[in-house]
Amino acid sequence: MGEPIIIVGAGQAGLAAAEALRAEGWRDEIVIYGAEKHAPYNRPPLSKGYLLGETPAAQLTIRGAEFFAKKRIELCAAHTVSAIEPDAHSIVLDDGSRRQCAGLVLATGSRPRELGIEGARLSGVASLRTLEDSAEIGARIDRADNVVVIGGGFIGLEVAAAARKRGRSVIVLEAMDRLLARVASPAVSEYVARLHAGHGVHAITNAKVSRLVGENGSVRAVETADGRSFPADLVVVGVGAVANDELARSAGLACDRGVIVDACSRTSDPAIFAAGDCTARRHGDGALSRLESVQNAVEQGKSAAAALMGKDRPFHAAPWFWSDQYDAKLQMAGTSAQADKAALRGSMAQNHFSLFYFRGGKLIGVDTVNRPGDHMLARKLLDASLSPTIEQVSNPDFDLKNLLAVGAPA
Amino acid sequence: MTRITFIEPQGAEVEIDIADGWTLMQAATSQGVEGIEAECGGSCACATCHCYIEGEPAAHLPTPTQTELEMLDNVVAARLPNSRLSCQIKMAPDLEGLIVRMPEAQS
Repeated sequence: MGEPIIIVGAGQAGLAAAEALRAEGWRDEIVIYGAEKHAPYNRPPLSKGYLLGETPAAQLTIRGAEFFAKKRIELCAAHTVSAIEPDAHSIVLDDGSRRQCAGLVLATGSRPRELGIEGARLSGVASLRTLEDSAEIGARIDRADNVVVIGGGFIGLEVAAAARKRGRSVIVLEAMDRLLARVASPAVSEYVARLHAGHGVHAITNAKVSRLVGENGSVRAVETADGRSFPADLVVVGVGAVANDELARSAGLACDRGVIVDACSRTSDPAIFAAGDCTARRHGDGALSRLESVQNAVEQGKSAAAALMGKDRPFHAAPWFWSDQYDAKLQMAGTSAQADKAALRGSMAQNHFSLFYFRGGKLIGVDTVNRPGDHMLARKLLDASLSPTIEQVSNPDFDLKNLLAVGAPA
Repeated sequence: MTRITFIEPQGAEVEIDIADGWTLMQAATSQGVEGIEAECGGSCACATCHCYIEGEPAAHLPTPTQTELEMLDNVVAARLPNSRLSCQIKMAPDLEGLIVRMPEAQS
């Protein structure tokens, strides 16, 4: 047998790459090195069902031992890769040992961005990435009187919803002028703010946290730049993620807040591929974008596997994402960032609506709440470059599925 | 533990034992049964864990929620009267002998 293909990282992207390599016909060894001690697991429930104790850890496993044996994929959990050596086609493990490889995929993920302010390392200050983080936060929610969430993004808001379900007093401090500012339209931000207010979460925007105040090593309060102080015995920090691109950078691969890849998951070194949260995608117009989502991880992993087998499988599908908060299932497809018009279907007051976003008359994104059918339809329309008119969207009697059947021009 | 038979897309029959409270999707994917993608991990958000439910115990299944029905409208393979999302079916003792047939494609 020849050298193995080595995958650094045992999350969604690394696993998808391994699985796709087998499907594409790679016969030699596949080795996955994962820094965590677990088999690949689903992270989205860490801020939802697992945090609430509704889902046991075992049920988060994406693929277990039987799968790895059957597919002849060697999973080396709790192994940290300390360097990659592109010229030598090898990697170095933290015990100093080397392993040669026929191909390399970096799927090293991301880590929570740190606050970097006074008190950020007090006991009772936590961020959420791993199973252990979630278990720790869940246990602390049970003991806490006052939970303060720093950051009104998806993870922060999901943790806030979970803490409210447990009956805790919850304050969300967001530095920008609205919740979900980086990812959602103003209309969705407003809806989400109302949703949380209705469940008793006190969300404060334009709140820039200046320091965390402790007592005997444990956090007691969060202070903002405008002089306010919020009592806290649990602080959850959700202020974004940083790509783990250090291995690539040390090896001289092009990086810019992530390992730079093309649509086929190629890095600047033609023999090395990267997928998932650790990447920054270079688009045709030269722009760079980072996506942190399950879909991106899985699709880039598949593209990396195809490229290793000599096939171009560019990933161009519309991005999609979901978030569950209280009884609202929020699903997003495409983007609303550049929209010049929006049209509504359903009722925001009844927690059952879809917002269709247009730019220059062309559909660019759809956000839905508790309308999963519209979400799936939106993904199909976006992927086929099909656009309903604003009038069609606004007319509840018009069946948008007709657009797919007819194949209307874009 | 309840014994369930999965029929993979290529026709192979795989019997697995599933603990109460696990979903068909969780048990099948973690144990390496072919034919389920389950990209969203069981949030009823992706429609890639579609299956066809067969056998007498199917009568004991709770009916699908509105969310599941909407997602089933969007599965890639043919939607049949016995189509379900395997992430929405939780194991219980009265499902012993259930047969779960995988479609040819999920995405």
